[in-house]
Amino acid sequence: MSEHIVPVKTYIGIFVALLCLTALTTGVAYVDLGAFNTVAALAIAVAKMLLVVLFFMHVKYSGGLTKVFILAGVLFFAILVTLTLADELTRHWSPTPTGWGTLAPLLSRFF
Amino acid sequence: MSTATIDVHEVPTGSRVNYLNAQYGVKSWLLTTDHKRIALLYLASITLMFFVGGFFAVLMRLHLIEPQGALVQPETYNKLFTMHGVIMVFFFLVPSIPATLGNFLVPMMIGARDLAFPKLNLLSWYIYVIGAIFTLYAVISGGVDTGWTFYTPYSSSFSHTSVVPTALGVFITGFSSILTGLNFVVTIHKMRAPGLTWFRLPLFIWAIYATSIIFILGTPVIAITLFLLFLERVLHIGIFDPAIGGDPILFQHLFWFYSHPAVYIMILPGMGVMSELITCFSRKRIFGYSFVAFSSLAIAIISFLVWGHHMFVTGQSIYAGLIFSVLSFMVAIPSAVKVFNWTATLYKGSISYDAPMLYALGFIGLFTMGGLTGLFLASLATDVHLNGTYFIVAHFHYIMVGGAVMAYLGGIHFWWPKITGRLYPDGWARFAALVIFVGFNLTFFPQFMLGYLGMPRRYAVYPSEFQVLNVMSSAGASILGIGYLIPLIYLIWSMRYGPTAGPNPWGAKGLEWTTPSPPPTENFEEIPVVTEEAYDYAHSTVIRG
Repeated sequence: MSEHIVPVKTYIGIFVALLCLTALTTGVAYVDLGAFNTVAALAIAVAKMLLVVLFFMHVKYSGGLTKVFILAGVLFFAILVTLTLADELTRHWSPTPTGWGTLAPLLSRFF
Repeated sequence: MSTATIDVHEVPTGSRVNYLNAQYGVKSWLLTTDHKRIALLYLASITLMFFVGGFFAVLMRLHLIEPQGALVQPETYNKLFTMHGVIMVFFFLVPSIPATLGNFLVPMMIGARDLAFPKLNLLSWYIYVIGAIFTLYAVISGGVDTGWTFYTPYSSSFSHTSVVPTALGVFITGFSSILTGLNFVVTIHKMRAPGLTWFRLPLFIWAIYATSIIFILGTPVIAITLFLLFLERVLHIGIFDPAIGGDPILFQHLFWFYSHPAVYIMILPGMGVMSELITCFSRKRIFGYSFVAFSSLAIAIISFLVWGHHMFVTGQSIYAGLIFSVLSFMVAIPSAVKVFNWTATLYKGSISYDAPMLYALGFIGLFTMGGLTGLFLASLATDVHLNGTYFIVAHFHYIMVGGAVMAYLGGIHFWWPKITGRLYPDGWARFAALVIFVGFNLTFFPQFMLGYLGMPRRYAVYPSEFQVLNVMSSAGASILGIGYLIPLIYLIWSMRYGPTAGPNPWGAKGLEWTTPSPPPTENFEEIPVVTEEAYDYAHSTVIRG
């Protein structure tokens, strides 16, 4: 729980790691990875988030209930992203109505 | 419910030290960390905001008496409905029951002396007040006309009104909700009295717990969304405006991810109040305790899966629409469980029709109507016809006013003797409950018909064939307005002149009724030990008075 004393060395180590990861994000921005541009940026961001949550926010040393609430937050964020993408990724599935014009060749046979 | 043995029957209210007379002066109120006093600070603040929001509603209904509009310019009308919505949703309904009754009752119901973080509790009230000041400043500085939903790109690029101060006010107030929710969750987990297991908790606590989960998980999303709106409006970063590379539907996704669960923030605590009222005034234990308890959690979770039903006709993919439609129907199940279980509790109960019970019975009818009309709107096909009409306005007012406000008033009347130590005039209270019920239905039932006939919401003018129904609605609003003023008058009167209330005037179960009225600052002289289930009225020896 919060009584756990974290050595200052650990905090400094995490801080340095965060700075390195920030530099890595900046560096990767100069390299064109194609479709993996976003993946790389998000992967580094998730790594930084985990370091902050686990060490700076002491979740690594916290009880089970705190971890459950943190996981609930992650789960609800996943719901937000998933159901929003359910819209964004399926919008183009619906054909655009073209009106009566598509029937013109068929109708021209009779009229 | 408890074995607490505080002898409180003999001591008159005035001569005993309680949380109201323990300290005097403005400073003692503004710097208090007593959850009961903070509840009263919230009560005063949200009552003020309720009447400000209500004032805008009165102006709107007066304007709509004539088809061409009787009172204001169309631009002003846009501001009236926006300010009404913003103030009522964010500054009255969301904090209403949790911040007042929740603050007062959570520690008392679980046998604790205060919330887990008393200073954080006071901070949440200050944050609320700062947010409210920003929003009231927006009203004075010309108002805002985007609708309470702040839809982009109108709000981000085109509106020339006070969008930023209003959004900032809502943004700030969100943190007040988060702090309150956090405080409740920790308190309920960590500070329950010995013997008070989860399944002995009053159902009000379950409802407040479920609401707190939504506060904590949902509110940050609206804060982020309004911040993004601010970034686009002030710094022109393309997030929602298609002209600069954004997606306006994305705003609606983010907005409704919070704002649909926010509807359940408003109604879930009301459902908690209902379980307390129905059991007390039918002298029975609740029918199906665990079903009612878990239905609160189910509503809280499912509420996060249904937001897309606000967007069936706004350009959302129809495939996503199908998913959201099915999920929306699911939320009817736990809601119906509650209504059926309350009704089953009434069965063969010894029912008395005191004022709080009249509000509770009103809630069952009005919430059921509001809920069932919600199913019309969750259906893809009927929603196309009804979306954007007065049908929706009527539907959500049946939930928020017919449901949440009725429960809020029922709760205030139920616990008023505990809060103030005084009784209010019972005849007036019953009369007011009936006036509110009649006024409410006369206001909003015609709006179902108007919407079905095709009258769009948010219009300052309408075709003359809609005038009769609009006049009926406006007449109902006047009755409703008077109905809300009557309790304001007699409750304030009762604080000074009302007869002294005993510790338990209703003969109710629950730890809060084992304390004197008003309770001492520390709530309980000794922390009680709980040995019974909740609502054990069958074995109750407690009598009224």
